[in-house]
Amino acid sequence: MEVTSQEYRKLSEKVSPRSPVLKNCIFAFLIGGLICAIGQVVTNLAMESGIELDNARLIGSATLIAASAILTALDVFDSIAKHAGAGTIVPITGFANSIVAPAIEFKTEGLVLGLAANMFKIAGPVLVYGITASIIYGLILNLLNMLK
Amino acid sequence: MPERKGQYTVTLSGRPTILGYSAVVGKKEGEGPLGRYFDMVFEDTTLGEKTWEKAESALQREAFTRALNKAGISPSQVNYMFAGDLLNQSIASTFGLREFGVPLMGQFGACSTMAQTLALAAIFVDSGAADICAAITSSHFCAAERQFRFPLEYGGQRPPTSQWTATAAGAVIVGFGGNGVKIADVTVGYITDFGINDTNNMGAAMAPAAAETLNAYLIDTGTRPDDYDLIVTGDLGAIGSELFRELMERKSFQLGANYSDCGMMLYDRSRQDVHAGGSGCGCSASVLCSYILSKMTSGELKNVLFIATGALMSPTSSQQGESIPGIAHLCHLVKTE
Repeated sequence: MEVTSQEYRKLSEKVSPRSPVLKNCIFAFLIGGLICAIGQVVTNLAMESGIELDNARLIGSATLIAASAILTALDVFDSIAKHAGAGTIVPITGFANSIVAPAIEFKTEGLVLGLAANMFKIAGPVLVYGITASIIYGLILNLLNMLK
Repeated sequence: MPERKGQYTVTLSGRPTILGYSAVVGKKEGEGPLGRYFDMVFEDTTLGEKTWEKAESALQREAFTRALNKAGISPSQVNYMFAGDLLNQSIASTFGLREFGVPLMGQFGACSTMAQTLALAAIFVDSGAADICAAITSSHFCAAERQFRFPLEYGGQRPPTSQWTATAAGAVIVGFGGNGVKIADVTVGYITDFGINDTNNMGAAMAPAAAETLNAYLIDTGTRPDDYDLIVTGDLGAIGSELFRELMERKSFQLGANYSDCGMMLYDRSRQDVHAGGSGCGCSASVLCSYILSKMTSGELKNVLFIATGALMSPTSSQQGESIPGIAHLCHLVKTE
């Protein structure tokens, strides 16, 4: 009894284990929350030392970016991300990692065509669609304001 | 002389012999269950080289040199070498082997390359076109990751169906004479595509090809799975090998305890975080050139079917939404007293 492609795909789905979604969500929630809390602590500390809110927030983000870049270079970030998943990808930490990781990887092909050209390989699409979305959002907001 | 038997199989009546073989691997593979069977385990996966591609070339060079030494022959005695890897334009092979001055025919069969190169080497020797040929194959986890997936330090999650590309190379020297392991038959497989398009589930994509090739061989030779001490597929992993068993059952061939898979043998899945098992053309190459050929040389295994499987897609074809065509080639290995 030969198997058809359709039957085979069903069979394959049956025996292929699925990603542990609930476990992944819990880890993402806990570690992602922890990262955001660290950012908040840094921001609050900055404000306590007399820095204005806007600048304190910048210091909070910059600290997380620097920390992820260093942890990426030290080969630690991916070990955390393996368990954290979206918990490390969604905050600004994921963005920093997605730029530093290819920069390290592709420096063997030179500083221009290797490092620089590949640096935004992963983050590039996020930038393209992120900026596009923010422009559309801005236009809609402007239109609504004009209607008022 | 090679003679056709049935529709797909070629019988090598002169029975070319494996004169020497060698497997060299990286640290993770060395820590696996087959660790003590390898000729060399490199604790440093860069092998002291500046790039991962050079590291993979060094693996091939090392495997070939050690296989030559074990066979007791010099590179100038080798008429042809058949070599392949997973990198674009097969640069691990060409750069790794350029210093030897041996006529080369580069091969690409994705992860099936070890069986493909071994089959060609055996046919060339048996036909009289060559006295001695070499079959060499490699893969490197880091070189493959950066070409096919993400940079090493990128923080992503691998699904449970994904497989781990082996950092390993295997080399076999084929000629006549001696009482080593002999290559009795080869079956070259055809492309089989059941429409699987998940690049994180390559075992499932390749299992139908392995089943077609084994089925073709068993029909051509009129034998049954029980006639062999070991039937081993190349890197189908946990999911692929389960599907392979099921597909063979549907073809009325029950596989017993004599069936195994190189992707399952190379790592200890419970402790090595490789998810569904090993993959990459170095996986089946290193398992063949360590455990399998050692056990055959010592006579513990006498009659083995080695079926290396390959997934014939590229990042471009996958991004364009194409499914993953699979292929599998078979070599029938025997050890007589």
